[in-house]
Amino acid sequence: MGQVIKDSPMGEPRFKARGVDKHFGPVQALTQVDLDLYAGQVTALCGDNGAGKSVLTKCIAGIYEIDHGQFFWEGNPIHVRSPRDAARLGIETVYQDLALADNLDIVQNMFLGRERLRTGLLNEDDMERAASKTLADLRVTTVRSIRQPVASLSGGQRQSVAVAKAVMWNSKLVMLDEPTAALGVVQTKQVLDLVRRLRDRGLAVMVISHNLNDVFEVADRIAVVHLGRMVTQGRASDFDRQSVVDYMTTGASSRSGQQVSSEVPKSGPR
Amino acid sequence: MARAEAPETAQDPTAAAGAAIEVPPELVAQSLGEWSRAWLTRIRSGDSGVLPVILALLIITIVFQAISPNHVFLSAVNLVYLFQQSAVFMVLAMGEIFVILLGEIDLSIGYAGGVGAAVTIQLVQPATAKWPWWAAIIAGLAVCVVIGAVQGSLVTRLRLSSLIVTLAGLLIWQGTMLIILGLAFSGYPSLAGLDSNRQVLYNLMNGTIDPVISWIGAAIVVIAIGALLWFGDNRRRRSGLTAPPVSLTVIKIALIAIVAIAVVAICNVNRAAFGTLAGVPWVIPIVLGVFFAWMMVLQRTKFGRYVYAIGGNPEAARRAGINLAAVRTLCFVICTFTAGIGLLLYASYLGGMSGNVNGGQLVLYAIASVVLAGTSLFGGRGKVIHGILGGLVIGGIYNGMGLLGLDVRWQFIVTGLVLLVAITIDSLSRRSATSGSAARV
Repeated sequence: MGQVIKDSPMGEPRFKARGVDKHFGPVQALTQVDLDLYAGQVTALCGDNGAGKSVLTKCIAGIYEIDHGQFFWEGNPIHVRSPRDAARLGIETVYQDLALADNLDIVQNMFLGRERLRTGLLNEDDMERAASKTLADLRVTTVRSIRQPVASLSGGQRQSVAVAKAVMWNSKLVMLDEPTAALGVVQTKQVLDLVRRLRDRGLAVMVISHNLNDVFEVADRIAVVHLGRMVTQGRASDFDRQSVVDYMTTGASSRSGQQVSSEVPKSGPR
Repeated sequence: MARAEAPETAQDPTAAAGAAIEVPPELVAQSLGEWSRAWLTRIRSGDSGVLPVILALLIITIVFQAISPNHVFLSAVNLVYLFQQSAVFMVLAMGEIFVILLGEIDLSIGYAGGVGAAVTIQLVQPATAKWPWWAAIIAGLAVCVVIGAVQGSLVTRLRLSSLIVTLAGLLIWQGTMLIILGLAFSGYPSLAGLDSNRQVLYNLMNGTIDPVISWIGAAIVVIAIGALLWFGDNRRRRSGLTAPPVSLTVIKIALIAIVAIAVVAICNVNRAAFGTLAGVPWVIPIVLGVFFAWMMVLQRTKFGRYVYAIGGNPEAARRAGINLAAVRTLCFVICTFTAGIGLLLYASYLGGMSGNVNGGQLVLYAIASVVLAGTSLFGGRGKVIHGILGGLVIGGIYNGMGLLGLDVRWQFIVTGLVLLVAITIDSLSRRSATSGSAARV
């Protein structure tokens, strides 16, 4: 599926984390974590419950501040202290609970907090046109009207709206938290197609997922965290299901012989 | 430009069929026929909008017209009187709606507004303060703004329950109102008197606009609103955006014109037994002014959008970078400010302010008005027009029972029953709409 994978990402990653530590009181949530996210690539962040996926994501999104370590954006060191900082760089996050207001329509949700004004009043025409264009670009075509309340959408449609909302703002890195959880087969396919279209537009995409079917379906790269440490990351073609499961559960895998940050291509049978 | 690729055109037939019942018909219909069919579907599926409250108004009208002595319910005298009685409920309800949209409640506005009105009335007493009427009104409303800001801050900054904070407010402001009314300015603070200063306040409710000017004013209002609707819808149609069919725009404008003509025609009937009393009472443009202002705020400003967003999903609003505390506090301020206008009208209606003003009952009627017209107490769903329609229902019952000579005991019971029936119907019809998350009450 989708064998347009550029096998070796060229040059500098769009986003880089080096030696990131984060603790909450006595609990060490992240230890010396490195992460590379490339433009035009889907990176799957895998890990068992409590491995630190969400904490890492929230650190990048600016919800938590990191204790030690450094983030780099297109090669330059950056500090992300608030969601606003992240948004300014072009980092957007689609959380699992989507953060959509059910009583507002699609356009209103997509522009929530960033409404366009004309002489102090809401410029509905302009917003509707822009929202409509974004949805059309992403080929989200199953919604009946972009003026319908979000409450009336299906799970897949809601996910699509949440993603469209995230990419509307010239974002360069989009992080999706479990985008296919609780979706049916058809809707999962729709959302994964959408993820591919984001990649094809040159965005850096990070997908947090438990679901290895989805991971191998869309990911160009895979990164696995285990007990707060990044145990491996590399091209998706270098992994197979069993090796990912091994990394997720034990932090190591005998199957593919990969070590931390090892980039040696040694693809297992897919 | 986006017409060809606009996503309104459903391509997934199953998704479209599933969503059809819940999509407001005005969004997808291309013709009036389609629109009415979609509307009927929506009503059957449980989302009936303002239809129940309109039906309630019709039933009240028919019943009271049939059983009132000499069928006076629909006489011009009584209809104008009914509107004056309802005006206080309407204005209070239009204030309360800001707080209810957040999912909060404000029980204090009857007496908080009463404090403002008491300040205003005391300040225009000729024997003592002698303030000009406009300065007294500003002072009274300013007091309301301060009260709203204090209560709003307690709720939003200290995260206290709005129910408790405003329940405390209800008691505190009742006491404060009584103290202000008891101050030895001039004995009973009254608006009676021939001085033109107090006459202005008395006229807020009781004064009338010259019949000819009433017609001209109504014409201007209808033409202005009509033009806004017509050109707005036209522009949206031309640029391929979601817009109602032309015929629907025409019907809307025609309805507004008919209501305006009916109101002015009724008000211009001579209502006096002897001499002349005709023309639109001032209170009508005042109520319409509040309605129009708050409707614009809720539907056309960022602030209004944030009020709905917070009511619908506070977490989404927070993540969108909205300053929740500021928006919430401002809602409490607007609510109490509007209540100040409402109680000023009530004082004008009574011809003065007395310690017998029952602010506790007024606020319950205001809450009943908005809820009965379809606003959700859980927040996020409701419109300013609900205040007007609900206020008319409560005012209609109040007025009709009065005509029948039934005293206040029966008014309480019937109003309570109507409220119960209204929310039961609303809740049941919504529950029968199977549509998952859309079925929130």
